[in-house]
Amino acid sequence: MEGILNTLTNFISADVRTAVPLLLCALGLVFSERAGIVNIAAEGLMLIAAVSAAIGSAYFGPWGGALLAAISGLAGALIFTFFTITLRANQIVVGTAFNIFAAGLSVTLNRRFLADVTVTGYPLRAIPGLSQLPFVGDLFFNWQLLVYLTFLGVPLLQFVLYRSNLGLKIRASGEQPRACDSVGIKVNRVRTGVVLFSGILAGLAGSYVSLGQASTFIEGMVAGKGFMALAVCVFGNYTPVGAMGAALLFGAADALKYRLLTTELGSYYQFLNMLPYLITIISLMLLSHRSNKPAASGKPYIKE
Amino acid sequence: MNQNAKQFRFKSELKQLLLPLFSLVLALALGYLTMLLMGYDAAKAYQSLWQGIFGSRNAIAESLVQTTPLIFTAISYALTYKAGLINLGGEGQLYIGAVWGSVLGSRLSGIPVWLHWILIFAAAFAGGAIWGAISGLLKVRFKASELITTIMLNYIALEWVSFCVTNLPFKDQTAGAAPRMPTVVDNVKLSLLLPKTRLHSGFILALLVLLIYYLFMWKTTKGFELRVNGQNPNAALYAGMPVKHNAVLAFALAGGTAGLGGIINILGLQYFLTEGFASGLGFSGVAVALLGNSQPLGILLAAFLFGALNAGGIRMQTAAAVPSAMISMIQGIIIFFAVSPYLLSWIGTQLISGRNRHNLSLQNQLPPESAQLAMTTDRGKSDPEKSR
Repeated sequence: MEGILNTLTNFISADVRTAVPLLLCALGLVFSERAGIVNIAAEGLMLIAAVSAAIGSAYFGPWGGALLAAISGLAGALIFTFFTITLRANQIVVGTAFNIFAAGLSVTLNRRFLADVTVTGYPLRAIPGLSQLPFVGDLFFNWQLLVYLTFLGVPLLQFVLYRSNLGLKIRASGEQPRACDSVGIKVNRVRTGVVLFSGILAGLAGSYVSLGQASTFIEGMVAGKGFMALAVCVFGNYTPVGAMGAALLFGAADALKYRLLTTELGSYYQFLNMLPYLITIISLMLLSHRSNKPAASGKPYIKE
Repeated sequence: MNQNAKQFRFKSELKQLLLPLFSLVLALALGYLTMLLMGYDAAKAYQSLWQGIFGSRNAIAESLVQTTPLIFTAISYALTYKAGLINLGGEGQLYIGAVWGSVLGSRLSGIPVWLHWILIFAAAFAGGAIWGAISGLLKVRFKASELITTIMLNYIALEWVSFCVTNLPFKDQTAGAAPRMPTVVDNVKLSLLLPKTRLHSGFILALLVLLIYYLFMWKTTKGFELRVNGQNPNAALYAGMPVKHNAVLAFALAGGTAGLGGIINILGLQYFLTEGFASGLGFSGVAVALLGNSQPLGILLAAFLFGALNAGGIRMQTAAAVPSAMISMIQGIIIFFAVSPYLLSWIGTQLISGRNRHNLSLQNQLPPESAQLAMTTDRGKSDPEKSR
């Protein structure tokens, strides 16, 4: 009994640890997708944020890391909006260019600033009282602050998206930008705001990769998590709650991978490493046809 | 009237060249600034970059060596782009092709060399083509976005390569060797074009494939069908073209081309496959295709530019201690500006009036040719099968 409980606890912890950055990034992507922006720069945003977080943490402590990651996400998103919204360049193309840019920048920053420093990870914050509960206490109430915020953000953002005036404006900008414009909603302003917001979330997601999952930055450590967050967004049918389910499912696949690594299958670890990517593809196969995908997704809006 | 039209055409052609050049200058300036901010010796860095590109016979050869694989991965993106699809999976396709080709290149012997070459290239092409076609099939069958599936397949391919270089029956069994696949047999290695450099005849093959790309896309019916699908998927559908079949075909051809690029880098340069031997080539190929507007000549010029920057970047790292990754950053910036057709007119409006920052009155201006091209990238979205 004890053994099974332990296995289960480990499994769920591993699941949550993997799911958090995917979910955090996907929450932002749900908003930008809903407003009509396809942001495949998420990968690059997370990568730059991961290295920025490590630098911030090494020089100013974990809070500095979080702040620097959020700022770098915001700055990256500003670059993205400048080219896609102000200059109306193709979103996918700019996103691809951003990822190339980010790959170069993150390595350069890493070599320049992280050569001989120690990075402190996010500390665990046990919630007094609740964390003392048997079994569930350690599982649900002994995490880093960012983890609680991420899961609290899900219902909040669901509410904002579906029950608030702002959410209506956002969704309308992605479905019927022209109609929005005719009732005085500034479509490009809404889109800019939403992309900047998603940039901050992608930044925090990146910081969790370097400061939450590890306490160091390794070149290329984001390894497609930004792209997976996009898939989480599609698989979650473009809603915050759906994204949470999808992220936890992806996390479960990853936790399963770590579980299997300790068995004799571990010597074929490359195939186990393929699991999250395979799950992503399978999830897209299953769910791409029924979808809340916005009608004006990916199209620049040109005011008349 | 005719004179006017000619003049306009010339102007727009000039503009097409102006924007990439302007982007290059701007990106180099921003790169210079970044290096200064980070405390590197930027002047020395660019000096050694230049040395690394044109400084010697060997440097020029090295630039061409780096150009070669980029031509293949660029075609891999450009071919699908012209067909209204997005292939970000060049890297995975390249690796799979290289694995298949190097199995045949190292295991077979005792057959005529021309036959051996044909078999190797066919295997590499087939490997890449199958890997590419998966994304095409997933798209037409399940409407799974090729944007994500191609990228996921890259990661899967990388894991597969990692398996091949460390496990039987694929790995090289030489005692004490680093993880890799066996060396290809001597007589299939490509000859050198310039003695005492690394420039191999794979470069000629790249030019040949570029020519085939041109002939196929612009001179055959199938190529025409693909381009129609890219320009206007509705028209392709109403004309009764086999749209779905064509999408899979485009992905297969794109993947096959990338696979050829992979095996050619092995036969001409490294002679055995290692993990990461082509790292970054996939996305660089995308960048090259974007900069070259998916046109054959554009791809050639852009591939040379990026290849030269890569070659110079290595020199920059050794001579000026600036990480060569700085080059990918600069390449990313080049693409930012080069794919923004309104950049020049935006700067114009900013210069005329500092106000109205967000209220660009761009509507009355005729978009330059490259703008029209760039805007049609969204074709995937207006796919008739997708609209509800």
